[in-house]
Amino acid sequence: MSRLSVPCHVKGAVALQVGDMRTFQGRPGVVVIDVTFPSIEPFELQEITFKNYYTAFLTIRVRQHTSAHTPAKWMTCLRDCCLMPDPHSEDGAQEYVSLFKHQMLCDMTRVLELRLILRQPSPLWLSFTVEELQIYQQGPKSPSVTFPKWLSHPMPCEQSALLLEGLPDPSRVSSEVQQMWALTEMIRASHTSTRIGRFDVSYLFPLLGLHCPEQVRPHSPLCYRWMAVMT
Amino acid sequence: MKCHRPRVGPGRPFSSCWRPVPAAWRARAGEMLQEESDLSLLIAQIVQKLKGSNLYAQLERQAWASLQRPEIRLESLKEDIKEFFKISGWEKKLQNAVYSELNVYPLPSHPAAPPEHLKEPLVYMRKAQGSWEKRILKSLNSMCTELSIPLARKRPVGQQKELLNKWNEMGTDEPDLSLFRPVYAPKDFLEVLINLRNPNYENGDSLSFRTHLGLIQVPLKVKDIPELKECFVELGLNIGQLGIDDSTQVPPEFFENEHVRIGQKVLAEQDSAAAQQYIRQGSPTALRAELWALILNISSQPEDLLYYEQLKTNVIQHDLLVDSLIYKDVKLTASNDDYYFVFEDYLYQVLLCFSRDTSVLGHFAYNSASPPKSYIRGKLGLEEYAVFYPPNGVIPFHGFSMYVAPLCFLYHEPYKLYQTFREMYVRFFFRLHSISSHPSGIVSLCLLFETLLQTYLPQLFYHLREIGAQPLRISFKWMVRAFSGYLATDQLLLLWDRILGYNSLEVLAVLAAAVFAFRAVNLMEVTSLAAAEAVLADLSTLKVMPLLQIFLFATVT
Repeated sequence: MSRLSVPCHVKGAVALQVGDMRTFQGRPGVVVIDVTFPSIEPFELQEITFKNYYTAFLTIRVRQHTSAHTPAKWMTCLRDCCLMPDPHSEDGAQEYVSLFKHQMLCDMTRVLELRLILRQPSPLWLSFTVEELQIYQQGPKSPSVTFPKWLSHPMPCEQSALLLEGLPDPSRVSSEVQQMWALTEMIRASHTSTRIGRFDVSYLFPLLGLHCPEQVRPHSPLCYRWMAVMT
Repeated sequence: MKCHRPRVGPGRPFSSCWRPVPAAWRARAGEMLQEESDLSLLIAQIVQKLKGSNLYAQLERQAWASLQRPEIRLESLKEDIKEFFKISGWEKKLQNAVYSELNVYPLPSHPAAPPEHLKEPLVYMRKAQGSWEKRILKSLNSMCTELSIPLARKRPVGQQKELLNKWNEMGTDEPDLSLFRPVYAPKDFLEVLINLRNPNYENGDSLSFRTHLGLIQVPLKVKDIPELKECFVELGLNIGQLGIDDSTQVPPEFFENEHVRIGQKVLAEQDSAAAQQYIRQGSPTALRAELWALILNISSQPEDLLYYEQLKTNVIQHDLLVDSLIYKDVKLTASNDDYYFVFEDYLYQVLLCFSRDTSVLGHFAYNSASPPKSYIRGKLGLEEYAVFYPPNGVIPFHGFSMYVAPLCFLYHEPYKLYQTFREMYVRFFFRLHSISSHPSGIVSLCLLFETLLQTYLPQLFYHLREIGAQPLRISFKWMVRAFSGYLATDQLLLLWDRILGYNSLEVLAVLAAAVFAFRAVNLMEVTSLAAAEAVLADLSTLKVMPLLQIFLFATVT
């Protein structure tokens, strides 16, 4: 399925804290990030991708367009999704995360605005946020090529009955030939990522040197290059 | 929910110690769907990997050859060939290859994640590893300059012949290496780990309780004893183990004979997964070489011998600066060891070939370390003139040859010894000298060791700390060398059986803690670091399996 990145505006993170920010000793445990979409009509959200940075739990609220008359409503579409199984340790702290439409609690059509509510109960971390936030909507479906029916299913009357005697069933032959063809195609399409791993030395290049002093550089064909290039 | 985190793949026959999955994560809605797409990603990755392999070519050849057979019919071609693979044993080989891929390579990461994220997800760890590598390179460079020795040169023909003639007795050569020094020793590496900090972690004042205890200050997640018990369940008290002489009513031969019989069956089946499960209870000495080769999926075919010979030719033709480091290391460590000095010549052969093997570079895809780069003269900084140095990307440190030495007891043909070592290195040993957050990485092992001691022997830990003998300062060298050179060889091989069996190095940290527990009474009486080191100087009389069992399963918790 193709997806399209949605241009969005990520507002600065707002920390929620009880009491005066300047005098209070403890660190905030909740941070709110608003995401707006100023340059786009209400859209259907497909996927949210981000890199976590020490957020333990994530809640997402969404504001959806309902109709022209009623004001848009806020809904919770994800509640306390666990990003760090143990908030005191590094597990999941800097992982890349994708959240998909089907994981949400409500349907994600006509999205106007998103609000990410990040929570970190552990006091051990100096800060927490999410980075590299990307919102995707569903892209256009790839056009599927359809053949007219007569092309794939020839009419029975068109088959010549005269030639059938003593010959194998043409549909069977065609399916077998197709299978063979598929096999050869598969072999042709087999690209590999594995290197054959040949160790190659080329005499064309001079000595490698992180820091080779000039006086010890050899005169004759002592120079070579380790080639990490594989065939 | 979907978090692209390492996770035990559905295709994994055993619970692997490497990638714990919180149950709550799996149970979430939408997970099934995601698991499926994860699985297909994984399959695609493995298929891609195997397509270039020798096995793939062999399978293809076999499939072509099988077309001549009468039982292969055109109309059911695919099914018949599959059946043929099953009967002829090729399917098993394919299974073993897939299993080996699952064990070695991390699962595909999130599509948005850059490749370095796969090497190490935590940015500050990557940075620390990077600056450690810079230090090593600097030291190597300055040695180069001081000694006026090039990084690499081609040997004159005369020298080549000479080296070829004494290939099997390189130990007799006594080059003057007094000016060379190991690039670094485990002690230097420990200092780096001690100074490792998470910049986003509360390191300062009273809030942090960890700062005042152990040496490792990084908040990684490590297992506690209940989790370790679950992971190492086959080491339990009521399960037979090789390496434990219980004097019960039942004679030990009873278990041993039965165990050997099953081992032979496992070997006959040629199934890596079964061998890995089997070896968790220890391997009989006679079967160990074959079992390890099976688990590591080493084929030992003619082309492997050819490959080894090619590496040998490269050693003979070219002289590298790292060769002197290898010589020096073997002379300093294995040649002085009562168990291993006889293998000196083997060690040179294996380690010199290893340094030329560019296939080792492949493991840097999942290793937090990166191979050092060098540039052709005059082309400094131009990427297309960059080469890896040494060709395998691994700079040996003091004690490196001890990873090879114990394997010499198992394999007598150098090329088999070589293959096993290379596979052990790219699966396990590289983790013992690179900075990463992996559960088998050295940082996690150190933290696991300290946490176990603090939790289960708090008085001992406190006492040693007070007298200035931080336990990790003593145990670090054991873990970095995977206990090679410290334990008696039969015990060491029993320990390495478990590393292979559980596909994890965590057992090293558990054993280190168990050794402290075993000597706790004596340690409580010492009053200095030197005295504590003296108490723990000789581990060669220890029996590994009883120590592990008692520490994990018989400690009152």
